[in-house]
Amino acid sequence: MNALVADNVGKAFRAYRSEWHRLGRWLGIPAVPAEENWVLRHVSFAIARGQALGIVGPNGAGKSTLLKIVTGTMRATEGTVQAAGRIAAILELGMGFNPELTARQNVRHAAGLMGIAPAEIEAAMPEIERFAEIGDYFDQPMRTHSSGMQVRVAFAVATAWRPEVLIVDEALSVGDAYFQHKSFDRIREFQRQGTSLLIASHDRAAILNLCDRAVLLDRGRVLKDGVPEEVLDFYNALIAERESRTVAVERLRDGRARTVSGTGEACVEEIALYDSNGRTTEQIDVGETVELHVRVGVRRPVPTLVLGFGIKDRLGQMIYGTNTWHTGQVIERPQPGEEYRFVIAFRANLGVGSYSIVTALHARDTHVTGNYEWRDLALVFSVVNREKTQFEGCNWLEAKITYERQQRRILQSV
Amino acid sequence: MSGMLQSLWRYRHFVLSSIRNELVTRFARSKLGGLWMVISPLAQVAIYALILSNLLAARLPGIENKYAYAIYLMAGLLAWTLFSDIITRCLTLFVDQGNLLKKMSFPRITLPAIAVGSSLLNNALLFLAMLGIFALLGHDFTAAMLWLVPLAAIVAAFALGIGLALGVINVFVRDVGQAVPIVLQIWFWLTPIVYPSGIIAEEYRRWLYLNPLYPVVEAYQRTLVYGSAPDLGGLAYLAAAVAGLLLFALLLFRRAAPEMVDAL
Repeated sequence: MNALVADNVGKAFRAYRSEWHRLGRWLGIPAVPAEENWVLRHVSFAIARGQALGIVGPNGAGKSTLLKIVTGTMRATEGTVQAAGRIAAILELGMGFNPELTARQNVRHAAGLMGIAPAEIEAAMPEIERFAEIGDYFDQPMRTHSSGMQVRVAFAVATAWRPEVLIVDEALSVGDAYFQHKSFDRIREFQRQGTSLLIASHDRAAILNLCDRAVLLDRGRVLKDGVPEEVLDFYNALIAERESRTVAVERLRDGRARTVSGTGEACVEEIALYDSNGRTTEQIDVGETVELHVRVGVRRPVPTLVLGFGIKDRLGQMIYGTNTWHTGQVIERPQPGEEYRFVIAFRANLGVGSYSIVTALHARDTHVTGNYEWRDLALVFSVVNREKTQFEGCNWLEAKITYERQQRRILQSV
Repeated sequence: MSGMLQSLWRYRHFVLSSIRNELVTRFARSKLGGLWMVISPLAQVAIYALILSNLLAARLPGIENKYAYAIYLMAGLLAWTLFSDIITRCLTLFVDQGNLLKKMSFPRITLPAIAVGSSLLNNALLFLAMLGIFALLGHDFTAAMLWLVPLAAIVAAFALGIGLALGVINVFVRDVGQAVPIVLQIWFWLTPIVYPSGIIAEEYRRWLYLNPLYPVVEAYQRTLVYGSAPDLGGLAYLAAAVAGLLLFALLLFRRAAPEMVDAL
């Protein structure tokens, strides 16, 4: 069952030769808009119950407009959005808070704005107070609160009632680390109970962590719709290739998509991983020292050449990455036809799981400018644990645990 | 239209608590708090009374009290304050609340409802203060003053009709917000509030009936100053016209509401 369906949604901002034409049109006098600017068109997607959809895209792609249409503050010019229940939005936390009122009064006001009945508000009040964890400040005027406290109250009231669809804008990173964890947990708990999430964020980790699917918006159109890792890789390539150069996507055997982009002055000809015995391998042991061999061919003359590499986990989150700019090994004026062989040795202090290598060839410290080649999923390998003690997580930290028995202390009476 | 009223009913608690919050906020940090909203119109009365009473008091026929002019002033100002307060609030309502409108989805009709509710509440407090002053001046409460309830309703509906339409237009054509206060000031002086209609020369007096506010302000003065019932004939026409205007404004508002967010 779908919790939210957007069908061919489009939004046009209309400009009239004079605003009076617009007024006339409301009164039934026909007026033709002088200009129509479509900021969103032919956008369709569906989110199943409990599923999370991420919306990514550069600034001005139409993300905010889309969220406003889904929230209901803006009306679509064409197409429809249908939701299977209440939609709540964590767009701008603390909207409409009055600094002179106490947090409790503001909670009543904000919940009223959400259309919640007074009895329900009072019933949820203890839980909201408990979740915000601001102690006595809950009954103090909001102007005496720190901004972090205000955010806590705002989040607590915005998520006090489980909605069918929860819209989350950049607001995910609210408050201190402790509260961030707490709000994350609450969102995940909602999701388990069947809430669908619609998340717009530039935070790669948040999208990979929370979303089952992602949609890439660009200039108001859906450019890509798929698993988050693939869409984010494509988006990443798109950022580097704003000057309209090619982005190639090839399908790997396991069904994942490899995105290769760049201007092509240099490219990775060959890449392989060698174990400690000098054999190529795709499976390495926790803590094993391995070598990554990368053969780079130069096609056209460039002033500088930097090789970057990164290790990403199964979800596409970067575990480690660096490049020869940072290590001070920039190659000056490489000539066409030349080949370079890079050997990158590292200890695989990684947790058990599947990892991928991303490579980048560019001119300076980042691939955003002068990107010769960016290759996602250049190589896939897995890490297994054959010798080390059992452990959880993505890092092998070699923890040493010691303990000793303490003498019990006896309290002396005075 | 009925959908609009239904959602307003659903959000009635929100509207009421917003009106209360506004009042609470006024008292929050100033010593006199909400008294200021009573003090400022009363100060206006005092100023006009001081400056103009000698000039105009003699021309207020049929009343014995020597403070008659002050009472007359208060009656007119009570009506005018309500009228101009609602228009001014509605005028900038959507522009001021632009951020909220863009981020939150709620029935937009609650915003003007809160504005009108707040104004009515303020006006009621002002009336109570005036009653106190009337008592001091030896002018007693009369049953005719109960006419103020329907009269205030007409003034509020009239102001809401104008304010809502102008508030919507102001979102798209911001000049409206600048022009209206000037128009209101002229309108104030074209209405017999500070001066009695009797000082206008006979041959020009019929022009007063072109001022739609005149019948209702006159009714305020009749009930408060003379303790007699208002002229229902003139008021009936006004009430019908106001109902039409309000309906038109609500229709305009409903048509424009979806586009307002685009322009904010």
